[in-house]
Amino acid sequence: MTNFEWLTMGAKIAFIVVVLLQVVPIMVWVERRGSALMQNRLGPNRIGPLGLLQSICDVVKFFFKEDRAPGHVNKFYYTLAPLIVLVPAFMTFAVIPFASSIVIDGQTVNFQIADLNVGLLYIFSVASLGVYGIIMSGWSSNNKYALLGSLRSTSQMISYELSMGLSIIGIVMVFSSVELGAIARGQGEAFFSVGMLTIPKWGIFIQPIGFIVFLTSVFAETNRLPFDLPEGESEIVAGYHIEYGSMKFALFFMAEYINMTVGAALITTLFFGGWQMLPGMHWLLEVMNLDGMAHEWVRILFEAASFGAKVCFFMWFFVWVRWTIPRFRYDQLMDLGWKVMLPLSLVNIFLTGVLIYYKVL
Amino acid sequence: MLVKAKTSGTQKFYLVEIIKGLYITMRAMLFGKTVTIQYPEERRDYSDRYRGMHYIKATNGVENCTACMLCPTVCPAECIHIEAGERPDKEKYPVKFEIDVLRCCFCGMCEEACPKDAIKLSTIYEMSQTHREVFEKDYLLEQRGNK
Repeated sequence: MTNFEWLTMGAKIAFIVVVLLQVVPIMVWVERRGSALMQNRLGPNRIGPLGLLQSICDVVKFFFKEDRAPGHVNKFYYTLAPLIVLVPAFMTFAVIPFASSIVIDGQTVNFQIADLNVGLLYIFSVASLGVYGIIMSGWSSNNKYALLGSLRSTSQMISYELSMGLSIIGIVMVFSSVELGAIARGQGEAFFSVGMLTIPKWGIFIQPIGFIVFLTSVFAETNRLPFDLPEGESEIVAGYHIEYGSMKFALFFMAEYINMTVGAALITTLFFGGWQMLPGMHWLLEVMNLDGMAHEWVRILFEAASFGAKVCFFMWFFVWVRWTIPRFRYDQLMDLGWKVMLPLSLVNIFLTGVLIYYKVL
Repeated sequence: MLVKAKTSGTQKFYLVEIIKGLYITMRAMLFGKTVTIQYPEERRDYSDRYRGMHYIKATNGVENCTACMLCPTVCPAECIHIEAGERPDKEKYPVKFEIDVLRCCFCGMCEEACPKDAIKLSTIYEMSQTHREVFEKDYLLEQRGNK
């Protein structure tokens, strides 16, 4: 690799890691304020403007707490588990493109840390690593609640990973690629036009069933309500992280929010055109009438902003759903996973195949 | 008795119901009125008849109390302790008048029993302290209300 490549790679990695770390405190704030407003309360509003600095206080509190491990745990796996949950959460973001490419001095720079040609498969393999951390924490905590939580998590992950994997087969069939960059590029094409209105080939338009199944599965994969049975405060106290405190607990907490970000980014990339600009931005770009590199950089900025806006919407959607729907009962969860989501995704694959055969998609 | 709730087809399908739910939460968020009272700055309005911290009413700087012992007698929590004495003009008065607020249940029976309108409950409700306090006569004689 040349110096230039090292430099751009370093810059991209630093950018992604910093952004992902910033997401956590901001999302905690959004979650608390949002839930408060939905329940006609105010939420934290004392520290900083609108209570924005509340998260910083929380972080400081986590850092200064005593880092203590209970006597009855298996120390090695107990310490390892939060790391195993957190690291895959970060790793998944490596293949997600957050803008298209730009040519600097004759060299193309992709706004994606690693342009893997097995992008989707990489995401699925890495994302399913996270569950090992949860199992480890449940097992090593030597606590019945924790064990129950991790068992629930395991069966939930297995049930929903199936339909999650099958739901995006349709997308893969349409774009004939598992490379996320190619999928994002492919969604820029026009699907059909109605007068002035051009519908782009976004995943939501060509795979509505796949989108619904995928969205539901992402909720299950990230352990968010209505599928947060591994935590289930009212049934098994806090589930797999019951024996954790201080920064170790904070790592689980961070992993949950980073997984949410990855989930939102994945939904955006697969079903909402990834970095494809939002309606109106193309027009704005033409109106600005820039030339040369300035035009290119503004284009990249617009694309990244579009991607960010879409991801933000889905992050908000996670919060919105969490404070709307109560937790599923366990048998309902399994019923939904195996009896509804799995057949639905299979039907979707079949339909997509038929439509591709008749050249509709 | 086993009651089976009827679920319609759309309810079993979840999606429509979920969208309805999302609409409700969004409506509450955008148009709902916040009911939080931000305590130290904003206060809840209490009635004038609220029963809070006690005080002994005084007329011209002299307490109304004649140590008749009706209030410690009626007190269900037995938190009032009075020791009677005699003034130079042969009038009976409380030498000691103590209220153990930790035991008090703020029923207001002392207020009702008092023939001299001496013991009163004010509207003050902030009584938290860092140590276990028995209110003594000097403290109770501060005129905290206007009953």
